[in-house]
Amino acid sequence: MSQTATVGTPRFPGVPDVRQGLRSVDYLADDGIAGVVYLADRLGKPVLIEGPAGTGKTELAKSVARMTGARLIRLQCYEGLDESKALYEWNYKKQLLRIQAQRVMDEKAAESDQTWTGIEDDIFSEDFLLTRPLLEAIRAEEPVVLLIDEVDRVEVETEALLLEILSDYQVSIPELGTVTAAQIPLVFLTSNNTRELSEALKRRCLYLHLDYPDLEREKEIVLTRVPEVEDQLADQIVRIVRSLRALELKKHPSVSETLDWARTLVLLGINSIGAEEATATLHILLKYQSDIQKAAKELSVAQSA
Amino acid sequence: MLDVLTGFIGELRSAGLPVSLTENLDAMEAVQHIPIEDRDAFKYALAATLVKSNSHWRTFETVFDVYFSLRGPQWSIEDTDAQAEAAADQAQARMGGEQRPGGGAMEGLSQEELAEILFKAMMRDDQAMMRAISREAVTRYAGMEPGRPVGGTYYLYRTLRNLDLEGLMARLMEAAKEEVQGGLTPLEERLMRDEYELRIDQLRKEVEAEIRRRLVADRGAEAMAKTLRKPLPENVDFMHATREELAQLRKAIQPLTRKLAVRLARKRRHGRKGPLDFRSTVRHSLSYGGVPAEPKFKYPRPAKPEIVVVADISGSVAAFARFTLHLVHAISSQFSRVRSFVFVDGIDEVTRYFEGIEDITEAIHKVNTEADVIWVDGHSDYGHAFEVFWERWGREMNPKTSVLLLGDARNNYHASQAWVVKELRKKARHVYWLNPEPRSYWDTGDSIVSEYASHCDGVFECRNLKQLEGFVEHLA
Repeated sequence: MSQTATVGTPRFPGVPDVRQGLRSVDYLADDGIAGVVYLADRLGKPVLIEGPAGTGKTELAKSVARMTGARLIRLQCYEGLDESKALYEWNYKKQLLRIQAQRVMDEKAAESDQTWTGIEDDIFSEDFLLTRPLLEAIRAEEPVVLLIDEVDRVEVETEALLLEILSDYQVSIPELGTVTAAQIPLVFLTSNNTRELSEALKRRCLYLHLDYPDLEREKEIVLTRVPEVEDQLADQIVRIVRSLRALELKKHPSVSETLDWARTLVLLGINSIGAEEATATLHILLKYQSDIQKAAKELSVAQSA
Repeated sequence: MLDVLTGFIGELRSAGLPVSLTENLDAMEAVQHIPIEDRDAFKYALAATLVKSNSHWRTFETVFDVYFSLRGPQWSIEDTDAQAEAAADQAQARMGGEQRPGGGAMEGLSQEELAEILFKAMMRDDQAMMRAISREAVTRYAGMEPGRPVGGTYYLYRTLRNLDLEGLMARLMEAAKEEVQGGLTPLEERLMRDEYELRIDQLRKEVEAEIRRRLVADRGAEAMAKTLRKPLPENVDFMHATREELAQLRKAIQPLTRKLAVRLARKRRHGRKGPLDFRSTVRHSLSYGGVPAEPKFKYPRPAKPEIVVVADISGSVAAFARFTLHLVHAISSQFSRVRSFVFVDGIDEVTRYFEGIEDITEAIHKVNTEADVIWVDGHSDYGHAFEVFWERWGREMNPKTSVLLLGDARNNYHASQAWVVKELRKKARHVYWLNPEPRSYWDTGDSIVSEYASHCDGVFECRNLKQLEGFVEHLA
């Protein structure tokens, strides 16, 4: 593949360093996550992050930006997103003004034939270009992290917009030519998997599936993010959450909801969770009435073997 | 290295993973950046470049284990393995007073003692110890012989039976209860149970991996990979799914329905505009002094079909019918009404079981136990079931109804009564037949699917999630 932009000097010396770095900005990565971030840098490839809601997909991109001290450029995807919102747009108001101004000048000079090409070249120059997130990330001189959030929300057709930038780190503007990246930014795409992304997009990315963290990691996350919580309480919290995730629920509690719950319990001054405390605060973890009822039932009645 | 990787990727492809050439190259490049001795990092590097869907992860893991398992003399079947001995030594040292004279390794232990060590390891969640024990257990109980053509599941069963995991679980709970004075609250008890169940699961996986490792050493990676090859979740055949696969399928169905709903809703919103709505245009022109400045268009009304599911739930196709009911009811928000009927040789309406129930699994269980579907002998009789259906509910079919008939049309040589289907088609909007059998089996033996098919709008082979998904999309 002909890559116009070349992979620059590595940002990280090794996988453990990535892990350490992420930890220093309060993001607890496991080996898989750190490995993929490391590879993304070395191979100069975007990372596609998939997983259930609230497992820290967006947070990972933010944390990497904070860790490397890069500017975070975020493109929030939504249905109906198009070129002029994602890539670039011509500032037509300014263009009109420019033409208007030219006309006034022309009346004095009266040699309009010659100047027309001049104006055309002029109004399609960079002065009249409004950069949108994708182009901005490409043109940035300083290090940037590009986050394309919830990419599964755009239509399949719009996905194609991203392909050029993801594989070659360049944007083609018909009137201007091709803008190539000064340096390869780290690119993260997140998806909640509401639809299958196209093969073409997946092929260009490294894939990372973020699932709910295991017991120890979640406990660590709780302890880092909610420092007021006591060790023993955190232990109880994550174990209850894990039990809840094993149930068949409409929506499983996410990491962020675990954190909310921990904060709530601290605020309420609860030091150890019994069945009653758990049932009373379940609505913070679960968002469906039927889920809450089911969980409350499961938690208060222990199955006897 | 290159050879192994090529073989590995070839195996992934034959297991059904779509690995493109680009991804192949990426993987080759990725492993160059990874210290080769770090097995986990190596695995993640391959996964990130080759596996692009979470449901393929399991398949990847299995193939990876087979191809990059630890090989060498110490892993062969005959020898007990050196590492296990070392671990066992440690364990004995830790157990202190219980050390037996002369017995350094685990081989010297009796079955009870091994169980005791296992119990202790489980209590402490001692990973290294559990691994060592699973090795010893496989050596001891599985009775593996080189070259014996027996599948891994057989060895797994033998090993696990001897380890008595049920008993172990009970003991663990006992111990947990004793440890705390005043007993456990129900909540705590439940949490402990979950914890131990996970650990036991871990042990089971450990044993499975161990057996696989030994089989690979015995037979070679290629042969082993072939025997382990399992279809991807979306390709699992309903009729032949194992219990574990069924559980996985059930989990897969929830996101699937959400995906379908999103896609259908989107299709509707972005649907083409209809023809000019003359009346509306004239009415709106009044505000412009009679000039029709703003043309109005008719929007196509989304068809919200009523669905009638008539499913055969006799033993041969039960699993399939259950899935279809599951799916249809899960996306019932897309349909204005769903009615379900089940039959074997008698037929019964089961819509009421689904009403006001959040948990579809429970409803389906009720259907299977309470519905009155046996008329004579409990062997499928499509003819009779259809006849009764026509008599009792035929009048309620209307042009909005789509009828789904589910079954393999194996009629046990009864009369087909295909005229019912013909009549149904006249009254209803569509009649579809979903057959869970592979197309090549149709019309063999007592299958009379084509007799019904000639009266249907379409007959679909529907053996796995992918095909089922495709059909539902076609429907809406």
